[in-house]
Amino acid sequence: MNFVSMSFTDLLLLMLGAVLTENFIFSKFYGCCPFLGVSDKPDKALGMGMAVTFVMTVSGAVTWAVYYLILVPLKLEYLKTVAFVLVISFLVQLLEMFLRKCVPALYGALGIYLPLITTNCAVLGACLVNIQKSYGFIPSVCYGFAAGAGFTLAIVIFAGVRAKMEFADPPRAFRGFPLTLIAAGLLAMIFSGFSGISF
Amino acid sequence: MSFTDILIPALLFSGLGVLFGAALAVASKLFEVKTDPRIEQIKEALPGANCGGCGKSGCAALAEAIVKGEAPCTACTVGGKETAERIGEIMGVEVDPPMRMRAQVMCSGTKELALRKYSYTGAHDCIAAVKMGGGDKLCPNGCIGLGTCVATCRFGAISVVKGVAVVDYRKCEGCGSCVRACPKHIIRLIPYDSAHWVGCMSVEKGATVRKMCQVGCISCRKCEKNCPSGAITVNNFVASIDYSKCTGCGLCVDNCPRKIIWSAKRQGGELVIVRIPEEATAASAEKEKIENE
Repeated sequence: MNFVSMSFTDLLLLMLGAVLTENFIFSKFYGCCPFLGVSDKPDKALGMGMAVTFVMTVSGAVTWAVYYLILVPLKLEYLKTVAFVLVISFLVQLLEMFLRKCVPALYGALGIYLPLITTNCAVLGACLVNIQKSYGFIPSVCYGFAAGAGFTLAIVIFAGVRAKMEFADPPRAFRGFPLTLIAAGLLAMIFSGFSGISF
Repeated sequence: MSFTDILIPALLFSGLGVLFGAALAVASKLFEVKTDPRIEQIKEALPGANCGGCGKSGCAALAEAIVKGEAPCTACTVGGKETAERIGEIMGVEVDPPMRMRAQVMCSGTKELALRKYSYTGAHDCIAAVKMGGGDKLCPNGCIGLGTCVATCRFGAISVVKGVAVVDYRKCEGCGSCVRACPKHIIRLIPYDSAHWVGCMSVEKGATVRKMCQVGCISCRKCEKNCPSGAITVNNFVASIDYSKCTGCGLCVDNCPRKIIWSAKRQGGELVIVRIPEEATAASAEKEKIENE
């Protein structure tokens, strides 16, 4: 159990990597469901992205604590997935109630998206990556935040693309979902440029 | 593997589950936000189509606005009389039920009858077309027929027939979202059972209209002079009907030289269009042709 575990430069690199080269949607393919489902309008996409970032950051911290303070001492590391699902869904429910009462403005912006991401794979994935790569507490929180920011970037860009596509006049067979998927594929290829391609 | 290897995780997780459950229960009491129960009741009473016809983002938003007093109990045009009465009951006030309305596209200029100034090949959307010199029709107040209203309508009541949007009265709920969506502002809400309407909103002078469209109002005022109840008037070079005065006698229809006054009537309980200007125009053209020969 290491609290910090890496230098500041490494931390920055880790965060940049999580946003661009290892973008959750385009290189890890986590969170494709909200990516396709809530990306029809840029403002909706931004709300979803912010909610995901918020939950990822908080759950990164909490699941780190749960893992190293409860699961490791009891030698129950193999149950981390189950434990994280339980903890994250509890946490999101609690946060939703808390925001509704105490920060209505934030609740207004994130409220309707919060229940959607209680069991989102991107959130769980970020927490599991933290453990897999044995990040310390601070890097875990930063990684959660950066992964969320990468998710937000991806979904907002994609919503912009989809907003433009509204006015396109494609052949009937491509209308709607097929064209959305093609656009998502093209965007993923563009993002692969950040990490480079090797054969 | 010993028995405790199973017991510890089982206990831990059931413990965590109970703990989280209890914490959520406590939190729900602690962070309870008092909402007016009437909001929920009104939401139930509303149709739930989220059409946005009232100008709010959806039925839930309207319910909130009604409780806050920002919207009248009759704000939902789709629900009509019944919904307005139920909301009135919930709010404890008397309401005047609103009249049922329908949307009417005030243009008769189909592809064959209205002339075009250029061939539009851009995005399939009226708003986009309007940005190109006001659309492809010569008439500045003609239906563009690219279906922005069709896309807006939550009830699937509008379709484009021969280049002009047509409302299906069986499906129209009179919500008015198409009225707001039309970039040409040629869709109007009129009382549902209106018998006649002028299928033109061109505000050009008669001579100009003749050059643009075969079914445009030339502001000859024949309808105005012949209307016994003074319901139809020509203002700003176009005739329009005041439905609070119209008796549905149909004299304006017979007197219109351009045959652009449409008629609808109930047949077997359903409102159907009984007179289409295009057919009337075709018939009179045929007659003229025979006379000339």
